Amino acid sequence: MAQKGKPVEFWRWPESNWVNPDIDWKKCKFITAGVDVGSVSTQAVVMVDGEFFAFGNTRTGSDSPNSAIKGMGYTLEKTDMKIDNIDYCIGTGYGRVNVPMAQQSITEISCHARGANFMYGPEVRTVMDMGGQDCKVINVDDRGKVLNFMMNDKCAAGTGRGMEVFADLIHVPVWEIGPRSFQIPKEPPPISSTCVVFAKSEVVGLLEQGVPENEIMAAYCSAMAHRIMELLNRLGVKERFVITGGIAKNEGVIKRLEKELGVKTAERAWYKKEYIERGYPFDTQLAGAIGAALFGNALLKMGKAKSARKT
Amino acid sequence: MIVAGIDVGGKNVHIVIKKDGQILGKGASPTGIKKAEAVEALYDQVLKQAGLTRKDVERVVATGSAAKRVAFANGSISDVAADARGAIKLFPNARTVIDVGAEEGRSIKVNPEGKVLDFAINDKCAAGTGTFLEAMSRALEVSVEEMSKIAFDSTKAIPMNAQCAVFGESEVVSLIHQNTSKPDISRAVMDAIAGRVGAIARIVGLEKDVVVVGGMAKNAGFVDSLKKNIEMPVSVPDDPDYMGAFGASETTLSGILEEEVKAKVVERESLSEGKAY
Amino acid sequence: MIANYGFKDGSGDWYVTFDTDKCNGCGKCVEVCPEKVLEVGPDEFDIFREEPVAFVKHDERKKVRYSCAPCKPGFGEKPVSCAGACEFGAISHSDGWKLQYSR
Repeated sequence: MAQKGKPVEFWRWPESNWVNPDIDWKKCKFITAGVDVGSVSTQAVVMVDGEFFAFGNTRTGSDSPNSAIKGMGYTLEKTDMKIDNIDYCIGTGYGRVNVPMAQQSITEISCHARGANFMYGPEVRTVMDMGGQDCKVINVDDRGKVLNFMMNDKCAAGTGRGMEVFADLIHVPVWEIGPRSFQIPKEPPPISSTCVVFAKSEVVGLLEQGVPENEIMAAYCSAMAHRIMELLNRLGVKERFVITGGIAKNEGVIKRLEKELGVKTAERAWYKKEYIERGYPFDTQLAGAIGAALFGNALLKMGKAKSARKT
Repeated sequence: MIVAGIDVGGKNVHIVIKKDGQILGKGASPTGIKKAEAVEALYDQVLKQAGLTRKDVERVVATGSAAKRVAFANGSISDVAADARGAIKLFPNARTVIDVGAEEGRSIKVNPEGKVLDFAINDKCAAGTGTFLEAMSRALEVSVEEMSKIAFDSTKAIPMNAQCAVFGESEVVSLIHQNTSKPDISRAVMDAIAGRVGAIARIVGLEKDVVVVGGMAKNAGFVDSLKKNIEMPVSVPDDPDYMGAFGASETTLSGILEEEVKAKVVERESLSEGKAY
Repeated sequence: MIANYGFKDGSGDWYVTFDTDKCNGCGKCVEVCPEKVLEVGPDEFDIFREEPVAFVKHDERKKVRYSCAPCKPGFGEKPVSCAGACEFGAISHSDGWKLQYSR
């Protein structure tokens, strides 16, 4: 979208990075990385012998290869690790074929499945990920292997872009939409158009009628929750049910989804107790990159991949 | 006998007033949010320009996605039927009618009497409609009329991956960042819409003569892309966006398929609004 | 694994489904598809799978609604070409076509 001189981007989750203070990476055998280049955001994760070491969450620019390099740089920024120290790097996501430092690319369906299994534990059976330009539902086994999947990346309805277009239209940042959508006297009917373009006109109509913004947010979140539910019901939801990607942070959509489904999503917390005790950050947008890095680890351990480490 | 056809579309209202086959007046205006009011205002305007009053019109037939907003109509017909009737009148050899409007695209198979044999609709999705073109026009910062012209200056065909108006906008923005020329992007957009429309047309089968109508038919760049996509020549009437209203005006009372026929002569009524959108 | 290729939008569900546990990569479906949307190759969703598998080509996934329509999935007199050719019954279609086009 052509934005002239816009001071704030209402639709992007903020950038962040972090390094694990409890691990000395130089003592580890396999250093693997996963780079998930999405249409809106890019995540890079470094795992050392399968343990969570560092991550960076940045915005994807107009150029996928540069986004991967920037993401990786941001991840390693607070460490003394260099890209040349990495044994194996896997690219995933929308821009996975354009990750210059990757030795292999793996689809985000497989990576999200494995990543969700690591983050939330072996009891996970259904993973729903909504990224910037897609929405996927994956049924997995206790090892994070894909049993069944369904994806939509053709239609903006029910994707992060659908929420962004809305945030941009009403000039409210995405992280405020969730909470504000509940500050209403009563739940309004959902926006009726599926198509984001037509939904936009509907929203404009409501604004012109003087409907309060919070109510419009509720109507939009409700419509999006309904879209997702249709996709989930097509595939079948089994508990434990987890949500990854940026949308997991939007309680306006998630709480309504839980209500419509009659299934609660798993609490957003690490499966590994030590991670919780040590206060490691839990960012749902990292599932793809974590899964990719874990695949790298598995391939090296099984002898199916050769280390690309230069130093 | 003076008759009127009123097409209340998602974006625009079109009205045609005829007497014994001669068009006395026509007009178009945006439907907006208060649809019934828009219809009333335009109807009175077109009547005035033709030197007529409501009482002079013996039969009013409505069509379009919001046909029900024309409370004073004697009856309504589906847009598919309207397109078929109108096209056959102007093009007796028409056997396929492709109508691409602001919010819907459809392809209709007709017989020599103008009867609808089969049809396929793309609705609820902006891709393959005028809305897609407008979204790309905003991203490109070039008017749709200009895009239609410069599409013919394109030197390179670039397939668009996006099958969605929202994703298409991002794709156009990244094409601009890659320094793709505006003529090439314009052509790519026309090709993308033509691809969607052609696919719909192939579902019911393409039989000549093919007539293209609706607002998008005014766009020469799009029509050119469509011809190439379906690999057939096409005919486009003057004022193709009036085809729905024209076809409605062609419908006799005995030909109305939906609703009970109101037997009274048209006169001015005040309307209650109902839900505004 | 059940792989669903296609999309869902406001007009319906448009998916071609492959049960990869039943598929042996023989490629008969690829030969008979009139629109040429299928391919056989390594399984991108199960990187540890040894044998090849059939799938919808990447560029075709967003257009299956139109590519599959001529075969009339769910409402024609005979089964669609690909599903009919598969002796293991690995291929099926969602109901988008049936719901929209049967009258």
